[in-house]
Amino acid sequence: MNDQIFSLNLGMEVTIVSRISEEEVKYVANLARLSFSDEEIKTFTTQLDDIIGFAEQLNELNTEGVEPTTHVLDMHNVMRKDQVVPSLPREEALKNAPLQEEGQVKVPLIMEAD
Amino acid sequence: MPLFEEGLVRLKQKIHNKEIKASDLVDEAFTRINEVDDKVKAFLTLNEDQAKAEARKLDEQALTSDALLAGMPIGLKDNLVTKGLKTTCASRILENYDPIYDATVVEKVRAEQAITIGKLNMDEFAMGSSTENSAYAKTRNPWDTDRVPGGSSGGSAAAVAAGEVLFALGTDTGGSIRQPSAFCGVVGMKPTYGRVSRFGVVAFASSLDQVGPITRTVEDNAYLLEAISGLDAHDSTSANVAVPNYAKALTGEIKGLRVAIPKEYLGEGIDAAVKDQIKAAIRQLEALGAECEEVSLPHSQYAVPAYYIIASSEASANLARFDGVRYGVRADTNDLIEMYKKSRSEGFGDEVKRRIMLGTFALSSGYYDAYYKKAQQARTLIKQDFEKVLENHDIIVGPTTPTPAFKVGELIDDPLTMYANDLLTIPVNLAGVPAISVPCGLADGMPVGLQMIGRPFGEETLYRAAYAYEQTASFKLAPAIKGAND
Repeated sequence: MNDQIFSLNLGMEVTIVSRISEEEVKYVANLARLSFSDEEIKTFTTQLDDIIGFAEQLNELNTEGVEPTTHVLDMHNVMRKDQVVPSLPREEALKNAPLQEEGQVKVPLIMEAD
Repeated sequence: MPLFEEGLVRLKQKIHNKEIKASDLVDEAFTRINEVDDKVKAFLTLNEDQAKAEARKLDEQALTSDALLAGMPIGLKDNLVTKGLKTTCASRILENYDPIYDATVVEKVRAEQAITIGKLNMDEFAMGSSTENSAYAKTRNPWDTDRVPGGSSGGSAAAVAAGEVLFALGTDTGGSIRQPSAFCGVVGMKPTYGRVSRFGVVAFASSLDQVGPITRTVEDNAYLLEAISGLDAHDSTSANVAVPNYAKALTGEIKGLRVAIPKEYLGEGIDAAVKDQIKAAIRQLEALGAECEEVSLPHSQYAVPAYYIIASSEASANLARFDGVRYGVRADTNDLIEMYKKSRSEGFGDEVKRRIMLGTFALSSGYYDAYYKKAQQARTLIKQDFEKVLENHDIIVGPTTPTPAFKVGELIDDPLTMYANDLLTIPVNLAGVPAISVPCGLADGMPVGLQMIGRPFGEETLYRAAYAYEQTASFKLAPAIKGAND
């Protein structure tokens, strides 16, 4: 894949180096809360590069003025009555939590202790 | 002859006539599983004690039951949550997950007195086309155990084809019911988006996922869809559309049915032997009085790239819930962010990570318009293609897959070729319309699926056409898989 020119719908032409770099893969991995070995980063960079290149076929389409489809059914907000109904008992809700204490889910320290 | 070959209607009659009991059906399931499942590997978890106890309870009751599925043994894909029965999604991250509720579809088949035999293998989180992405086992195609059963509902299709259950439920996000059904020579329906509740279905791509039936016959399929369909207060995307008695549509009559044949579905990249079978099936529809006409779905080639952007984007959001906090496997570390990363990296397989990465990238700032929005616009164009053709035609017909089942290991290291395998099924999910795959012959000794695509909520027309075809095609072949002692 070579450098390509994209229109980012900003009314201007922006040059993007479309090949995804190892640095970008590491950045995305952090956003996705995944960690990879250096070797995995290399493999994923190649594979993602191929898949993104494949997806760029879509640039052949003229989509000016085409509404994006987020949902296929002609459906708007679905409301229900705000009624109180029985909810899950606490023991049930906690049944699959890997670590718990005093009826609550336990996680590693979130804030520094003073 | 195995009882399952007789089909639901005849089996219910036999129960009413006291010729058989529900227990006989459940026994047949477990006997067959013992014989062949070490080769097929369709099941991840068996529900033997519970199933046998339920069957004994039903033996008396089923005689007079009006329930649609009374006493019928069913297999459930392992992404449908089942209360008290382990649900793994074929992922390490859920290896110990013990659901505290039943998915609506599970509740519904239970209410109709079907008996759950066990949970079926799949590609991890339904991401894949061969069931090779399961963290636990590689399911084999009962027609040839060197070949894949398809995916992601590969365990469901293989179990039905191998006679381990009467029928099964699968899910279909980009072809995951139809493609394995085609590969294994069984009938699979992807209903209209919204026809069936997704509550309790572990979410992959929420705007595309649907649950549907995988069966030996069109008639069984119609009954099973009737049982699982309908509005559900727990799923606000389930549609408030009346559920018909689908079996009533099975008249065998399709005279005057307007059938569209998209030229893109019989073009380049479609195996010659598959094309021959599909063309023969089309001639047969014509002989039955259908009016077939060639049409174009001009944006077909853009469906696969649009799908991989959209489905992966939705997946990256949906799978954020697997963080090791409330359920699933947690890695042992003292740092919160490290805990998330380690739990997810150890818990997810490569294909799941690849799609989370692609989705996160496509949704990330600076790329959103270029990839995600563009894909959604392509989705609109693909949907409009279908709308135009279905204005003047009742159904669209073509192959379900470009080739018959491929060999285990053949495509697993080549994600793009694997993705291309779904090029004929993916457009249907993007458009939200229903489609069924029916066996229509063999190519190189492996089954070929005929795909019929309908209008939104047009499942009755699909069943009518599929039944008329099935009755005259009489594809009665079954895989020759045998148990160790046969």
